[in-house]
Amino acid sequence: MIPEIGHFALILALLVAFIQGSFPLIGAARGNTVWMGLARPAARAQFFLISVAFICLAYAFATMDYSVTYVASNSNSKLPLQYRIAAVWGGHEGSLLLWAMILSIWTVAVSFFSKHLPDAMRARILGVMGLISIGFLLFMLTVSNPFERLIPAAMDGRDLNPLLQDPGMVFHPPMLYMGYVGFSVAFAFAIAALLGGELDAAWARWSRPWTTMAWVFLTTGIMAGSNWAYYELGWGGWWFWDAVENASFMPWLVGTALIHSLAVTEKRGSFKAWTVLLAICAFSLSLLGTFLVRSGVLTSVHAFATDPRRGLFILVFLVIVIGGSLALFAWRAPTVGRGGKFDVVSRESFLLANNVLLAVAAISVLFGTLYPLFLDALGLGKISVGPPYFDTVFAPLMAPALFLMGIGPIARWKQAALPELAKRLRWAFGVSIATAIVLPLLLGHWTPMIGLGLFLAFWVFGTSVSLIYQRLRGSGQSLMTRIKSPSRSWWGMVIAHLGIAVFTLGVTVVKGFESEIAVRMQPGDVAHLAGFDFTFEGVTEIEGPNYSASRGQIRITKNGVERTVLAPEKRVYTVQNMPMTEAGISPSFIHDLYASLGEPLDSGAWSVRIYHKPMVEWIWVGCLMMAFGGLLALSDRRYRLKNRSKTVVQGNDAEVSA
Amino acid sequence: MKRFLLPLVVFLTVVGFLAVGLNLDPREVPSPLVGKPAPMFSLPRLDNPEKTISTKDMLGKVWLFNVWASWCGACRDEHPVLVNLSKSGAVPIYGMNYKDTRPEAQQWLEAGGNPYIASAMDADGRVGIDYGVYGVPETYVIDKAGVIAYKQIGPVTEEVLRNKILPLVKRLQTQ
Repeated sequence: MIPEIGHFALILALLVAFIQGSFPLIGAARGNTVWMGLARPAARAQFFLISVAFICLAYAFATMDYSVTYVASNSNSKLPLQYRIAAVWGGHEGSLLLWAMILSIWTVAVSFFSKHLPDAMRARILGVMGLISIGFLLFMLTVSNPFERLIPAAMDGRDLNPLLQDPGMVFHPPMLYMGYVGFSVAFAFAIAALLGGELDAAWARWSRPWTTMAWVFLTTGIMAGSNWAYYELGWGGWWFWDAVENASFMPWLVGTALIHSLAVTEKRGSFKAWTVLLAICAFSLSLLGTFLVRSGVLTSVHAFATDPRRGLFILVFLVIVIGGSLALFAWRAPTVGRGGKFDVVSRESFLLANNVLLAVAAISVLFGTLYPLFLDALGLGKISVGPPYFDTVFAPLMAPALFLMGIGPIARWKQAALPELAKRLRWAFGVSIATAIVLPLLLGHWTPMIGLGLFLAFWVFGTSVSLIYQRLRGSGQSLMTRIKSPSRSWWGMVIAHLGIAVFTLGVTVVKGFESEIAVRMQPGDVAHLAGFDFTFEGVTEIEGPNYSASRGQIRITKNGVERTVLAPEKRVYTVQNMPMTEAGISPSFIHDLYASLGEPLDSGAWSVRIYHKPMVEWIWVGCLMMAFGGLLALSDRRYRLKNRSKTVVQGNDAEVSA
Repeated sequence: MKRFLLPLVVFLTVVGFLAVGLNLDPREVPSPLVGKPAPMFSLPRLDNPEKTISTKDMLGKVWLFNVWASWCGACRDEHPVLVNLSKSGAVPIYGMNYKDTRPEAQQWLEAGGNPYIASAMDADGRVGIDYGVYGVPETYVIDKAGVIAYKQIGPVTEEVLRNKILPLVKRLQTQ
């Protein structure tokens, strides 16, 4: 009965989506206020109905209703409750329901926080989001229904993929989806502006907080996924250039470009067509990512069971949404004015260059992801490009981007003077060059890549510090007043950029100085790595709720002083009979000590892998700093004021963030 | 105007490739076993553990070897296709019940019908390893000389049966 209610709620949601996607748009074109007025109640009704469906599915999981096919294939009676709930998005159908759920959360949020928008604009935005929702609801109801019954009911479920039975599963997918579905708002704003012919500074100002919010979620989501892979896959990697990771990374790159380009459009009126194109691309890449993951055209660790009808459906949907919006762009964009002029040396130029680099980076990731498919389609065989391609292509694109990132915030709008820039940046330049040469030698060895990475990290760090110094330097006021004087969005920018520095430093150090050994260890054996002694003290058998595990004990000492004990596990999940590795990690800001159990060998011995990963945690701390910077920018005064009154408050032009 | 059309043109090119890609199966990995003799086994029968099934008994006939399990959702989709095939008598089907328990497997056959002449029990999945079983279900076409002629990963659909398996079986039977 409950699954039928969920199914029925989805059907009603589809009907409401049809209303939301048609009347407000037609009403906005004809100036019919009653039709436009339908947008908000429809958005809220849809949110309610999809929530009902979502709760029904969660209920079916919680109560172990194995007469629902989806529940039977992704859950098991021995699965702990929190994973039974997370299993709602553990498979294909449920992830789509999560997609639709999150889309409706964003839509309902727009319906509440859009009082200051003109009626026609709001109606168009909600209408476009309604159209997207139609696509996903239709997809579910036709070929991916999570509520389909299994008659006769299964005796027990097949269990959730053990890889997904991890706390990361509880919040990584919702975060990630909040991010890339969130770009639908920027997309809807862009399409609404194209339809209404109102591509102006006001449009950019309204889209900015939504875009930043989605970007914050996406950054956090990607970070959580990377961290999860690090401890769950058991070989210490943190990024694999897997097709699904790329699917979330491409929107991130374009979204980052979009945030910066929106700043220029708002402050200077330039880059309008480019900004609109980025907004369309960010969301298009999210949709394309969904297609790649869900259609099965690419295999990856994330691939779910596939059905050709599903792939065809999403492809047609992609053509309508992306093809339609790009056609609209080609039709309307030429009428958009060019905006303010700017000099070759100006903040606009630096931002434009960075935008282009980020976009090219996204394209090269897209190309690498689709390349195997292109070759296969042309009948040239099945191959895959892995990290070698991405590492080779990515570093040369990111190096100049990071270099420009240091200059951009210091340069003036419209026209900047090179001699003055050079003067303001000389300290940062000197310090970063010196660090790049000296630090690796102190740490042991120097290679061009380490030198370059450290140079860039300290360059971004140094330029940010000198930016803060120049801003805070000065007269009689107390330090607190001086810290509060720049806007929060300025501080947000600075912290996000420092986050990039921290991230780059982490990546460089871990890539340059990590070490690992694989050894055969009997109880009592000692292995040595990076000055630490690892004593293997044997393995004990333990029973989890739905798995049995061998838990190793590895005592770490340095110069005879005990540091910590690691407990890596080798689990076998009983239902799917699948072995899983749980690494034992001792994290710290200086380094992670990481051990994972391989295979049991004869007479109580095990193969054990031990890694020393200096500063690897900085990678994720850097991501969190970027996300925090975004949040700080969102809490800026002008956004809070705007919600309170209908008058649009101008940001202080001297305190722009870019 | 023209430069604004560029994104659309690029996108449509990508779509063209994606459309072709949809008809390709990235999982259609050529199995190293195709063209090689089927790995030998001798396993207890599901209905009667006293008796065994062995690859030796099959020499001289073309047969389908279907790996299945009661815990496998895709097997439910496939099952009616196999039941119909067995009624048509076009080719004998032998099953291998994979990593399963006897009562559950038998109950499953009673509920859904039994298309198999007999099913072997591979409770610990050892024979599955010899055959390189990726997942369940999988189906092999084995010829008179005991050589694997075809391997289907995933459920056998009416389409696969009509276009690939049955023509192949006919050809092998006349050899």
